Amino acid sequence: MVLVVLDHDGNKLRKGTLEALTRARRLAEGLGEKVAGVLLAEEGAPLEEARKYVDILYTATLGPYTAERWAAGVLAAAKEGAKAVVVPSSRQSRTYLGRVAYALKAGLLEDTLDSSLEGGEVHATRYAYLNRVTQRVKAPLPVVLTVKPNTTPLAEPLGTSAEVVPLSVPQVPTVEVLERVAEEKKGVSLTEANVVVTGGRGMGGPEAFKLVEELAALLGGAVGATRAVVDAGWRPYGEQVGQTGKTVQPALYIALGVSGAVQHLAGMNKSKYIVAVNKDPEAPIFKHADYGIVGDVHHVLPALIEAVKKLKD
Amino acid sequence: MKFVAVIRQVPDGESRLRIQEGRVDLSGATLILDQMDEYAVEEALRLKEKHGGEAIVVGFGPERAEEAIRTALAMGMDRGVHVVFEGFADPVAVAEALVPVLQEEAPTLVLTGGQQADWDSQALGAALAEGLGVPVVAWTTVIELEGDTARAKHDLDEGAEWVRVRLPALFTTQQGLNEPRYPTLPGIMKAKKKEVRKVQAEVRPKVVLLSEEIQEKARLGRILDGKDPVAAAEELVRLLHEEAKVI
Ligand SMILES: Cc1cc2nc3c(=O)[nH]c(=O)nc-3n(C[C@H](O)[C@H](O)[C@H](O)COP(=O)(O)OP(=O)(O)OC[C@H]3O[C@@H](n4cnc5c(N)ncnc54)[C@H](O)[C@@H]3O)c2cc1C
Repeated sequence: MVLVVLDHDGNKLRKGTLEALTRARRLAEGLGEKVAGVLLAEEGAPLEEARKYVDILYTATLGPYTAERWAAGVLAAAKEGAKAVVVPSSRQSRTYLGRVAYALKAGLLEDTLDSSLEGGEVHATRYAYLNRVTQRVKAPLPVVLTVKPNTTPLAEPLGTSAEVVPLSVPQVPTVEVLERVAEEKKGVSLTEANVVVTGGRGMGGPEAFKLVEELAALLGGAVGATRAVVDAGWRPYGEQVGQTGKTVQPALYIALGVSGAVQHLAGMNKSKYIVAVNKDPEAPIFKHADYGIVGDVHHVLPALIEAVKKLKD
Repeated sequence: MKFVAVIRQVPDGESRLRIQEGRVDLSGATLILDQMDEYAVEEALRLKEKHGGEAIVVGFGPERAEEAIRTALAMGMDRGVHVVFEGFADPVAVAEALVPVLQEEAPTLVLTGGQQADWDSQALGAALAEGLGVPVVAWTTVIELEGDTARAKHDLDEGAEWVRVRLPALFTTQQGLNEPRYPTLPGIMKAKKKEVRKVQAEVRPKVVLLSEEIQEKARLGRILDGKDPVAAAEELVRLLHEEAKVI
């Protein structure tokens, strides 16, 4: 079987899961195997929806997410005979999969852009060197691979309803979760957005982000932030773009008062179009920009909002 | 107590990468201690300064990677172990090679960077933790030792969380955890004399690298003067609408 980890938000499968399912079905076809899903949850999970996408569904309720619990859950399902484990890429999945791959002695292909079966081995493409290099890699079976968001068409339901098999997952030594520091989620999700408007330290303070939000909303996009902004407490960590934050690849990336450090570029340099506004004509971001304005963001941003409104009228 | 930082040497993100015969050629690149691992070294030093014990740097890579180990020693680590391997090894294979070395050291805490700047992989810490049979706290921003446990704060996909973990445990580090110190001149002099034990790695690669290519997208570079912000903004919006067709 090819095993898919069915990532969800408690109510619904995430979009990335539907991409992972497409990848898994392709591999399963080549191998002549079934597609199994594993649905792990703290409490509730979209059981009925999940049954529509796979041939067999393994489930377990594990308590709060920890890398150890999720690794144990995925391993328990994988031990039913997985030739490949396919997972939507997220920071969490990429953490516990290090454990899973080690335990399975499997090749780990992280954040793949595509994957195919060639001569019984899995070939994949991924980025490396802070997103500057495209690598082609291969690994024999068993293989564990994560699917980079927005790389793969979404799977359709199969029109059947899979048998549900509860897993028995061993207790493992893990961390004790003391307190979650939740972040309010609003608007379009950053990694799925078609437009991202990011503010850097050049915004000058948290108040100025009202306008960043306004522009993002006008363009149907999401707000991003640099590490400098997150460290200053102006914006939540979930909005950070870069090596230690999220990787985004929208059609349009607008960087406002962002210098363009390599660690930031690593999170956005594959965007289709990059726009920069910076008062310093020598700012490195301009070398990576398709369009830009050299100017004070406090004057340029309100003018941009007006110009977009005008266009929409 | 024993604090171990696991490090690697990687090209500086600013340095030019070249491709030779379908592989990244690092011969002309500036190589540095991975900045994400610097936070691990700094945290090991701080924990040792606060709680006593020993701070050890364990590095994986070819002969040249000893420079990165020496950098960590110059920052103040007590001694080093260099697990030597020439060529490409994937993070899971590297973890397999490092686990016996770490088991021998029996550390209280293992620290390593959250993502390696050459592989763009986040797997090394978790794979090491699995091999060592200890929990992993990924993307840590606070570590406080309390007896035989640690309290730590770490980032999730959305938000963050406080956890408590029994030691030994493994932590992956990142920007925000601390401010790494610079090696001082006396530190650099001392580092030359510190022990670096060499271990030949047993590596069983799981992933084969087929080819690498640089795909820096050529950018248009159409930069407008913003002295008249309204005119510049209108022109930009026109370009995005009519030329790029993204709005
Ligand atoms: C291991 C590691 C990981 C990291 N990970 C990340 C990451 O994930 N994401 C990330 O973003 N950073 C990351 N960083 C930090 C990164 O190196 C930079 O420090 C950071 O990106 C800088 O943010 P900034 O561009 O907002 O701020 P600055 O570098 O301070 O730049 C501010 C810019 O705003 C411009 N400006 C100022 N005022 C105005 C104005 N009124 N109008 C217009 N322009 C103005 C300035 O000219 C300047 O170019 C990481 C660093 C390390 C070492």
